[in-house]
Amino acid sequence: MSQNQKAQLLQGNEACAKGALAAGVNFFAGYPITPSTEIAEYLARNLPRRGGKFIQMEDEIASLAAVIGASIAGAKAMTATSGPGFSLMQENLGYAYMAEVPCVIVDVQRGGPSTGLPTKVSQSDTMQARWGTHGDYHSIAIAPSSVRQCFELTIRAFNLSEKYRTPVILLMDEVLGHMREKIILPDPAGIKVFNRMKPTVPPEWYQHFEINPHFVSPMASFGEGYRYNVTGLTHDPLGFPTSRSEEIQAKLDKLEKKIMHNVNDIVQVEEEFMEEAAIAVFAYGIVARAARQAIRMAQQKRIRVGLIQPLTIWPFPDIYMEQMSEQLEIIIVAELNQGQLIREVMRTNCGKAKIYGLNRFDGDILTPEQIFAKIREVR
Amino acid sequence: METITKVTHHYLRTKKKFPNVWCAGCGIGIALGAIIRAIDSLKLNRDDVAMVSGIGCSSRMPVYVDFNTLHTTHGRALAFATGVKLANPKLKVVVITGDGDGLAIGGNHFIHTCRRNIDITTILINNSIYGMTGGQYSPTTPFMKIGTTAPYGNRERDFDICSLAKSAGATFVARGTVYHVTLLEKIIQQAILKKGFSLVEVISHCHTFYGRLNKEGTAIKMMEWQKDHAIPIQAAAKLPPDKLKDKFLIGVLWDVDFPEYCEEYDKVIAQFQAQPEDSK
Repeated sequence: MSQNQKAQLLQGNEACAKGALAAGVNFFAGYPITPSTEIAEYLARNLPRRGGKFIQMEDEIASLAAVIGASIAGAKAMTATSGPGFSLMQENLGYAYMAEVPCVIVDVQRGGPSTGLPTKVSQSDTMQARWGTHGDYHSIAIAPSSVRQCFELTIRAFNLSEKYRTPVILLMDEVLGHMREKIILPDPAGIKVFNRMKPTVPPEWYQHFEINPHFVSPMASFGEGYRYNVTGLTHDPLGFPTSRSEEIQAKLDKLEKKIMHNVNDIVQVEEEFMEEAAIAVFAYGIVARAARQAIRMAQQKRIRVGLIQPLTIWPFPDIYMEQMSEQLEIIIVAELNQGQLIREVMRTNCGKAKIYGLNRFDGDILTPEQIFAKIREVR
Repeated sequence: METITKVTHHYLRTKKKFPNVWCAGCGIGIALGAIIRAIDSLKLNRDDVAMVSGIGCSSRMPVYVDFNTLHTTHGRALAFATGVKLANPKLKVVVITGDGDGLAIGGNHFIHTCRRNIDITTILINNSIYGMTGGQYSPTTPFMKIGTTAPYGNRERDFDICSLAKSAGATFVARGTVYHVTLLEKIIQQAILKKGFSLVEVISHCHTFYGRLNKEGTAIKMMEWQKDHAIPIQAAAKLPPDKLKDKFLIGVLWDVDFPEYCEEYDKVIAQFQAQPEDSK
């Protein structure tokens, strides 16, 4: 039994850093920001011990730039930040979507707007993780709700980014990042790690942005003899800027299809007591933890209420929610913001379910009692 | 001449990406020629060269050359290049930037990359204006000169790029012009060979916008200005101060040694690798 398999008291941020190491991260660039800094500190200590590289950049713009550069040079690269830094990263996040560069961005959410609440919890970057940068693109964002899931979903974030050659956002929050829980980490031998597809063709045939039936192109690294061009300008399959409408359309189609044709693989939803539920609480992250307790309180009062916890926030679990809204009479969308995901729940509601928001945005978590009270109020 | 053309063409993506976006008479092509000849004479393998740029006329350069080429976001080339270099220190990383890209939007990355002393060669082509967007004043537009956004004369002071780089910690700083092309090739060679952060400022001309707005004439006239105003640093030492008035120095202006960042980081790895995870 390895040291890792002993029970450990871990913080969410530490579990995230450990998950990144388990996924094979070998490059981190970041800028200090509360409440995510522990991830950088942990990796500053431990990346060189694995032969990896850590660098503190001059700001978050440069951090994500360095991460993208490192990924193109062959590294498994990540950064971690919070709202204000996530805002600065939007510019190069768009570049990573356009240039199809695998990388992981952890956003340990705190209250906003602006500098907001550095040490207080929030889920107010939910929409920023979908629409934060300019242009048409399709993002992947996944969200843990426990320290153990911080570990597991960080690995998943790397796997999805490598598999689909795209940035993946891990949406954590301040409470999750700083909360400590006893966890037993999985046996490293059992952890599945996915690495990006490499080209099998000679350099003269290689197209860095090849359009193929999977919409995901194999990726050579700089220095491997393929000598390709990468640009944030809309480009042809060779990576050269184009203004031809058929090539523009093909590129943007590719960005959409590589995500939307694979929603069955990307989208994960956890549910509890949903078989016969007429009422559901829809919540992600730390709110889902409180909701689990709240639905137990409801069950004791013989109220049949279930929990829908999306582990994948983007792409939104459209198909699942469309089916659920047929079955459900009431959906309570509990969020630590003024109502962001509720818009998606309304969009995917087939018209039958009544939808109520339960929102808290004063820097504190929603408690099980508050969620239970809402269930009693609306049923 | 024919040999030089052959050398140049060997490094160009002639079949894929030409004609280029630059105006006839632009100095950026001359700088590109000097870069190619410098790389060729150093016998670098094309597979090991990464050329990284930001946004602007000069930053279009990587698209045309057959290296590993990365055309990034505006001002961020040095930050991308830092990631490329640190992830794979075997690559020779050359950054192409301009006065707007490198010093305005990218000014913060510029000083910090100088300070960090990572082994990146930066070639900053200074034409004193934003060319791609059509002639707006830049951080190197001289006081009282005209830009489309400084129609009544630029009231801001311009940067001395080489002094800035030196103060920020660059270990090699040189200035050339697109007129003094042999010197330019030589200092680019030296900059690439330098272990550490090196900066080459290339004084160029934008006759299309800067020249027209400031009535400085054709590309040839503007290159004559370069010829008349550049003083080699060795010659400058012997000249009285009044002969240096309104002139600028060319050549290697600064060359010192300081531990290079990637090599320093490798020392950290060598010391701590194989130690167990530190979970404190």
